[in-house]
Amino acid sequence: MDDDAIRRVLFRLSHEITEQNKGVDGLLLVGIRTRGVPLARRLAGLIKQQEKADVPVGVLDITFYRDDLTIIATQPVVRRTEISGRITDKKIVLVDDVLFTGRTVRAAMDALMDMGRPRVIQLAVLLDRGHRQLPIRADYVGKNIPTSPHQKVHVRLVETDGEDSVVIEEMDNKKDPTPVI
Amino acid sequence: MSFSRRHLLGLEALEAEEIEEILKTAVPCKEIAQREVKKLPTLRGWTVVTLFYEPSTRTRNSFELAAKWLGADTVNVAVANSSVQKGENFTDTAKTIEALGADFIILRHAVAGSPWLLAQTVNCRVINAGDGAHEHPTQALLDLFTLQERLGVIKGLKVVIVGDIMHSRVAKSNIYGLLKLGAGVTVTGPPSLIPPGIEALGVEVEYNLEKAIKNADVVNILRIQLERQHKGLFPSLREYARLYGLDREKLNKAPREVVIMHPGPANLGVEITEEVACDPRAVITTQVTNGVAVRMALLYLMSGGGKSGELLS
Repeated sequence: MDDDAIRRVLFRLSHEITEQNKGVDGLLLVGIRTRGVPLARRLAGLIKQQEKADVPVGVLDITFYRDDLTIIATQPVVRRTEISGRITDKKIVLVDDVLFTGRTVRAAMDALMDMGRPRVIQLAVLLDRGHRQLPIRADYVGKNIPTSPHQKVHVRLVETDGEDSVVIEEMDNKKDPTPVI
Repeated sequence: MSFSRRHLLGLEALEAEEIEEILKTAVPCKEIAQREVKKLPTLRGWTVVTLFYEPSTRTRNSFELAAKWLGADTVNVAVANSSVQKGENFTDTAKTIEALGADFIILRHAVAGSPWLLAQTVNCRVINAGDGAHEHPTQALLDLFTLQERLGVIKGLKVVIVGDIMHSRVAKSNIYGLLKLGAGVTVTGPPSLIPPGIEALGVEVEYNLEKAIKNADVVNILRIQLERQHKGLFPSLREYARLYGLDREKLNKAPREVVIMHPGPANLGVEITEEVACDPRAVITTQVTNGVAVRMALLYLMSGGGKSGELLS
């Protein structure tokens, strides 16, 4: 995917979100660190243009909730979660760049549940690459890309990587099929 | 680079990057500490045992809370009520605690080097909560975190540590930490309480308090340790308070924006007056709050690789 494709996809997703939720009332976009955050902010900007209303954006770091901390040797860097105000009764749309095994989203939901009782949690992703290991599905999908577990999907965004692009890389050694989040 | 040590015995051996990583990790930990429901699943199934041979309010309880908030189970060994009173020695106590299932042992002891001995004796991860007059690394870490939070950057700060430097593990760990992060350190106090040759660590020595704090960004006030005092190191508490106790009059000689710190507990009226302790420039209670965040960060970083983790030592 190139930057135009990403732009068009986000435009469609922003409309789908407001269509499904009948506007922005009670809506809260929560971007999952790291690349879910700029995506959530862009979606909020697009929604503001259409609906002429602000949608709050929160930042969620799921590191403390990961299910693989005992497997990987050194601890991943953990950063602040920034969600202001209560989340109880809010309609939360979790935003991430790639949906793969579903473990990140599981961790994100556990994190949110510890913070309150949202009315509903929906999921918006730029890409769904399949290979779910948990019963998790996205409400809003930018693009479905079939991949093999040995491929690596690189999403680059201007805010984090200097450009907008999606590249699929073939991994040379196929020895470990267990993907890391 | 991730902090990947199995034990935290002191700051002397740490690299600046490792200290920076602990401080960075303490930021999200502090956010958890401000939530309504302070509970994470991160260290579920881990057992953290505090083994304190010396009294403590802040250190012991903040380790306990830090562990609990991360989801671990905690046990405190009350040494005064334990089999230590029946004569059980240190290494036997250590092996017993390991056999009970401890993953972390947090040790405070009057003998310098005891955390090192503990690390040799058991497979648990060991954190030094104060060993004699040697080091108190987590105090220094929370002091650094408080300064970073308040002033943004440690490098270039002029920090003055006042008090019984000779017997202070807080001073030593702070000296190591501050110098590694690029701050300048001056120690001040009665000459009888400042170890000769301490300049070799890279600090300045100044016996006149007002001269020392004249350009200070930070004044860290140490408790006069009545229980450690050898007789005759200063004539009286009153004389100490007159010459080195920080009161409003002496504080006025310091820059207006100076940050006032104290590890606690404070002897009000001796090394610090109540007025100064309650001054808006004093961050003493913030230090306590930050202690929990920093200890959470440490427990998180040290639990990499799981219980049987292959960590670098």
